Amino acid sequence: MRRKSERLVLLLCALAFGAALAGGASAQTQIDPPAAAESAAAPQAAPDVPSAPQPAPLTGLAKALEHFLADDFSETDAGIGAVAATGDARAAAIIEALQDRRLLFSVQDKKVFYKDKDDKLFDAATGSAAAGAGPPDLTNVRINNRLRRTIDAALGGLRLQAGDANRRFEAAQAVLKSRDENALPALDAALAKETDARVKRALGQARAAVILHSSEGSEADKLAAVATIRERGGQEALNLLASLPAGTPPAVVGAARDAVASIQSQLAVWATAQNAWYGLSLGSVLLLAAIGLAITFGVMGVINMAHGEMVMIGAYVTFVVQELIRQHNPALFDYSLLIAVPAAFLIAGFIGILIEQGIIRFLYGRPLETLLATWGLSLVLQQAVRTAFGPTNREVGAPSWMSGAFEVGHLSITYGRLWIICFTLGVFLLLLALLRYTRLGLEMRAVTQNRAMAASMGIRTARVDALTFGLGSGIAGIAGVALSQIDNVSPNLGQGYIIDSFMVVVFGGVGNLWGTLVGAFSLGIANKFLEPYAGAVLAKIAILVLIILFIQKRPRGLFALKGRAVEA
Amino acid sequence: MLHRAGILDRGAWIFIAILAAVAIAVPILNLFVPPSSPFHVPSYLVPLLGKYVCYALLALSIDLIWGYAGILSLGHGAFFALGGYAMGMYLMRQIGTRGVYAHPELPDFMVFLNWTELPVYWYFFDKFWYAAIMIVLVPGALAFVFGWFAFRSRVTGVYLSIITQALTFALMLGFFRNNFGFGGNNGLTDFKDILGFNVQAQETRAALFAASCAALALCFLICRALVTSRFGMVLVAIRDAEPRTRFLGYRAESYKLFAFTLSACMAGVAGALYVPQVGIINPSEFSPANSIEAVIWVAVGGRGTLTGAALGAVLVNYARTTFTSGFLAPYWLFMLGGLFIAVTLFLPRGIVGTWQWWRERRRERSAHAPTSAAPPPDAAARPAE
Repeated sequence: MRRKSERLVLLLCALAFGAALAGGASAQTQIDPPAAAESAAAPQAAPDVPSAPQPAPLTGLAKALEHFLADDFSETDAGIGAVAATGDARAAAIIEALQDRRLLFSVQDKKVFYKDKDDKLFDAATGSAAAGAGPPDLTNVRINNRLRRTIDAALGGLRLQAGDANRRFEAAQAVLKSRDENALPALDAALAKETDARVKRALGQARAAVILHSSEGSEADKLAAVATIRERGGQEALNLLASLPAGTPPAVVGAARDAVASIQSQLAVWATAQNAWYGLSLGSVLLLAAIGLAITFGVMGVINMAHGEMVMIGAYVTFVVQELIRQHNPALFDYSLLIAVPAAFLIAGFIGILIEQGIIRFLYGRPLETLLATWGLSLVLQQAVRTAFGPTNREVGAPSWMSGAFEVGHLSITYGRLWIICFTLGVFLLLLALLRYTRLGLEMRAVTQNRAMAASMGIRTARVDALTFGLGSGIAGIAGVALSQIDNVSPNLGQGYIIDSFMVVVFGGVGNLWGTLVGAFSLGIANKFLEPYAGAVLAKIAILVLIILFIQKRPRGLFALKGRAVEA
Repeated sequence: MLHRAGILDRGAWIFIAILAAVAIAVPILNLFVPPSSPFHVPSYLVPLLGKYVCYALLALSIDLIWGYAGILSLGHGAFFALGGYAMGMYLMRQIGTRGVYAHPELPDFMVFLNWTELPVYWYFFDKFWYAAIMIVLVPGALAFVFGWFAFRSRVTGVYLSIITQALTFALMLGFFRNNFGFGGNNGLTDFKDILGFNVQAQETRAALFAASCAALALCFLICRALVTSRFGMVLVAIRDAEPRTRFLGYRAESYKLFAFTLSACMAGVAGALYVPQVGIINPSEFSPANSIEAVIWVAVGGRGTLTGAALGAVLVNYARTTFTSGFLAPYWLFMLGGLFIAVTLFLPRGIVGTWQWWRERRRERSAHAPTSAAPPPDAAARPAE
């Protein structure tokens, strides 16, 4: 699960990065076409007509570009700042070209050129296409790591004027991180124009960060900035306030210290909320894995060590369903999980009935033998799946409505996890209703409470046994559909859950679905709250030891059945 | 159904005789018969057979508690591995300066982790006598503490099986960690000497094999003595009807605790003899699957027979060696899984158990006219849950 979440984060990062790149590229093409069209129509056209909205900064841009002719890192640094400060529409394109080593200069002509992504040469000052291959002494403007940082900051400033609100928001966040003083004019300009409330807030926070870390700025400004940052909260704000530059007025330092304390206590609350959320998420996974076992083990008393393999089969059903959809009707992909749920229930349930009929019904009343036989069965099923699908992980995709995340305060909630929690609770309630309100449920409860009496009332106990076992297995199959979204779909998928599932059922109390619910969530939350102190592995060990001790104290679990049912 | 028999009945005599013969014959045929002779035992076979004997000892220890006290431990591999680790620690300390980092005190993996001094629990493991005590003491102590809690609060049957499984699972997770100080993922390996003899040498291996046979024989005799004694009769009574035995005034938990602890000590000895012969011990020995597999050896041979447990361990492991190499390898897990199912469904008494049951029935028939068929020995063993 952990690997999966890391991958998810990576994926999100990659997506954000990709979006930024794509945005950058599209911005560039927005600039390029008019120039290209112009140059195609009139190659000798006056240089200042085409794309510059305000003619005045042209000289500014040309002047700024002169810095690049020096072939000196600090001159280039100054050049970046100067180009960014012009506010020219081409500034972003020029600095991006510098970033990608596509900016060239010629000392002979005293001109700077840039190539677009198709290797076409443009005059940087005018934006018109250069004739032929340009001057003979064209050289790349060299950059180093320090310059790369400057470039990033400058681009951040330039992107503050982007058309898309999300891009502007991202740019504001970038400035907040870089705290680049040069971005201040751009920030002010952007703030004056901004209409989107969210972006405006982000811009204000970025501006506050810049002011706090600038050498200038009045004490009052800085105090206001601390207040703004304090309001923002979060880890980033903490870093900001903790690393104030030397020479900050003492009143500001004091305010910052207060702010840090308040943010820290706020963060602690959020960390608790985050842990609780992770715990709920883990608890729902445990519940999902254990809920079928609560039927077969809890209600029927059958130790089904092949339970995990039913989960695994459900996951593979999902895989097969998705493959079929990919081949025959890709448009249905978003519904693949909805199709997989009944399919997994039927297939796993059918296999469950076969197991009950073929093996388990001969072993009723001999729990230890049942344990061994079903363990052997789990080996067979694993190997069968390994033979059919190969030993490696299979890729199960997430439909679009399950990917992505949203933020609640400082809490990041992924849709996938949220759906799994909802789905788990749905399955739980459905099962509860089935046991409570249907004829099959009534018969199941009758048979488990008093087999002989149920039989004499005309209930076909053997059939009820088979159906109960099928139900438990089918629910395990459904669990597999959900778990395929967060775990690796491999033949070993089920093994990872079997011990946990038994722990949940035993902890919650055998024969009690509510006990399973409480057991799963308390184990999940306890695990996640121990993790920050002990690490993932030690937390798990601690939980196992605690359960072992708990079983000593209450051998029949949290919610033990009382009365006659105990004897059944 | 168990007759109050002498320590050495006919089956036990045959078992001891076979064991003695093998313990003497294999080293001789390996060391003193020239390789050209058809009677020569090839060198690769000696540690392999030694491994089987260690497994047989593990199976014997499981049979003592499962067959006679009705405690199905799915975590006996933990005691086996703990004994193995104790031996491994002794062997690691014997490497001395011959390790890759040539540190006189610290094993290689500690140097690699930048540890500067030996953890306290590694002290004295350079002495064989200390390691030998630990081999018995550590698994025994763990079993005692665990059993004390479990049996006193009357955790029985399947619950006990599941928490023993959780125990070995937790230990496995722990030993996989580097900072636990037992070599993490890689475990302990690259051994050089045992008691001053080269571990790799043929003579040492032959001696280890003979020692394993001797340990198996000794533990077998202890088990026989125990189960044929009054104590053993009470154990069987607890297996068959624990509440009734308790109402008769026996402290069931004390009997079970003693058997469980003794069994864990034997498993530890088995692990300790296993490690120098296979040359490695790593955390996967703790995996619950290993422990469950050991239970099936006992089931195949016949629970509650002792000789059957040893026989089952050798048979199943021989089958594993045969089938996991060659073109049948992908089907081994099918066979092993099928074996679990087939034995529980069709051969609940196991091989030796079925043989004994069949002979007993014949004797009864010849003694007097057939009255009622004797109930199978395990009929009463079914817990009343």
